[in-house]
Amino acid sequence: MKFLVCVSKAPDTTTKITFTDNNTKFNEDKVQWIMNPTDEWYALVKALELKEKLGGTVTTVTVGKADVEPVIRKGLAIGADDAVRIDADDVDAYQVAALIADYAKSEGYDIIFTGKETINYNGFMVAGMLSELLDLPYISLGVKLDLNGNTATVVREIEGGEETLEVKTPFVVSCQKGMAEARIPNMRGIMAARTKPLKVVAAASVDTYTTVHHFEAPKERGNVKLISPDNVEELVRLLHEEAKVI
Amino acid sequence: MSVLIFVETQEGKLKKSAREAASYGAKLAGKLGTDAVAVAVGKIDHSELATLGQQGVSKVLHEENAKLDHFDSRAFTKVVAAAADKAGATVLVLSSTFNGKALAPRLSVRLKAGVVTNATELANTEGTFTVKKAVFSGKGVANFTFATDKKIITVNANSFPIAKGEGSAAVEDFSAGLADSDFGVKVLHVEKAGEGIPLPEAELVVSAGRGLKGPENWGMIEEMANLLHAATACSRAVSDVDWRPHHEHVGQTGLTISPNLYIAVGISGAIQHLAGVSSSKTIVVINVDPEAPFFKAADYGIVGDAFAVVPKLNEALKKYYANN
Ligand SMILES: Cc1cc2nc3c(=O)[nH]c(=O)nc-3n(C[C@H](O)[C@H](O)[C@H](O)COP(=O)(O)OP(=O)(O)OC[C@H]3O[C@@H](n4cnc5c(N)ncnc54)[C@H](O)[C@@H]3O)c2cc1C
Repeated sequence: MKFLVCVSKAPDTTTKITFTDNNTKFNEDKVQWIMNPTDEWYALVKALELKEKLGGTVTTVTVGKADVEPVIRKGLAIGADDAVRIDADDVDAYQVAALIADYAKSEGYDIIFTGKETINYNGFMVAGMLSELLDLPYISLGVKLDLNGNTATVVREIEGGEETLEVKTPFVVSCQKGMAEARIPNMRGIMAARTKPLKVVAAASVDTYTTVHHFEAPKERGNVKLISPDNVEELVRLLHEEAKVI
Repeated sequence: MSVLIFVETQEGKLKKSAREAASYGAKLAGKLGTDAVAVAVGKIDHSELATLGQQGVSKVLHEENAKLDHFDSRAFTKVVAAAADKAGATVLVLSSTFNGKALAPRLSVRLKAGVVTNATELANTEGTFTVKKAVFSGKGVANFTFATDKKIITVNANSFPIAKGEGSAAVEDFSAGLADSDFGVKVLHVEKAGEGIPLPEAELVVSAGRGLKGPENWGMIEEMANLLHAATACSRAVSDVDWRPHHEHVGQTGLTISPNLYIAVGISGAIQHLAGVSSSKTIVVINVDPEAPFFKAADYGIVGDAFAVVPKLNEALKKYYANN
């Protein structure tokens, strides 16, 4: 079995978000980059679990310039066999999906994994675009996956419940909590990662569909109104009369 | 030209999120000087679909194909794309539901249309066409533009009011001519997570964290949720130790929600938690620690012990609902 895991970099979750160039660019100054959490915790580890059980290889693919390599090496340290970096700045979801599809189309992967969404643009788009570009079934928000031969049983989250479905490989699945337990790389993994293959491939020429026109800071909230714990009726009154939410 | 809205149905009824998307699409169509057309699939009465006229939809294309009673992103994409062609749609509007967000990117590729998910406001059509959404898990807002002629927007729950006008939409049977090979998944079964209100589209949410000390103490939280007709949520710390199910976990690595009211009990307000809830309209925080960071992100706060405050609040809510 050949498993491909799409991993992206993302700003560390505690990053203070600011913008530059007249609010047209995300200020990357002093930003600590990490592997996008759901890519790392669920997509990558699920692929590793399947490989450990059934054999095969786990490859990660990332669209990015050389500065993203520490994030890629972390994936190798956690256990991926090899990695591919498509040499381009990632500018929008379509461009990223089109570049990955262009690379993956002739590689014969059985399952392509992604995280649920990145924590920077929260797009929820790359996996869906990739599946359409490759004309594959796509299951979003997978929380469980068992593979038996070329038939997978996948549980996905739906509003107010879960749906269990069957799908044949090859397919694309986006992963979230429940899919796997996050792993911390150990010393041996970190050493091994240094020598595992990281292939850099040239980027094909693809389109960009959307761009950020400008950013804004989120709306400020006024100061908190404190209510005495002995006067909870006042809170109910404020929710009704002032906030008008009940 | 038209604006095409994909409306989701559940058990033969239009979902609330479908009426929100329809209202959004019709309003946008008005601004663009064109018609709002909807597309629906699966088993649903034409009389129910006709009520989309109240949201400003003039026509509904309906593919009633038993195979579409379960979601299949590839097959649904073909139906919506065929409807978009038939309606000559230049803008597609979907709900930011799990299925809506699985479809939008596939449609984007098929129709060569840029997509912006999780729109929080009506698109700006004066000058450059832009769509606003929260980015960096709510720590920023971005206005996106499109390089494509066709555009796809998914609309967040609770961010656009449902229009309640007069009128009835014309409903037309429609078929995209699907082949068996268009279907990729076979649904085996669906499990409902209890009777509660699903969190993703809830208007009111009661959430609790590690301050509750153990899963056995959630009774008072569920009682409050019942009184308010709210959904329940929790912090990641709580779902990580299985005090609560994973699907209740909100925050940067869980669900992002924007209800009208978010009540947080015994949650410290870590930056990763706030990221998922900060776009809630009104936030109430109940915490023993006056220094808890959540108070800085709240509209109303009670500094106090949840085990004393919540039962009292529940009594006050009972009284309120008895009189209102
Ligand atoms: C990469 C990453 C991603 C993360 N993603 C998320 C995410 O998506 N969502 C998320 O929630 N967290 C996330 N976290 C974890 C986050 O940093 C916090 O650890 C977590 O939110 C804390 O949960 P909590 O507020 O329930 O617990 P705590 O931080 O332990 O807070 C408990 C609170 O309860 C209060 N309290 C105690 N007793 C009482 C009482 N009797 N009455 C009232 N109040 C009381 C305390 O004062 C305290 O404020 C993430 C962390 C990382 C590193």
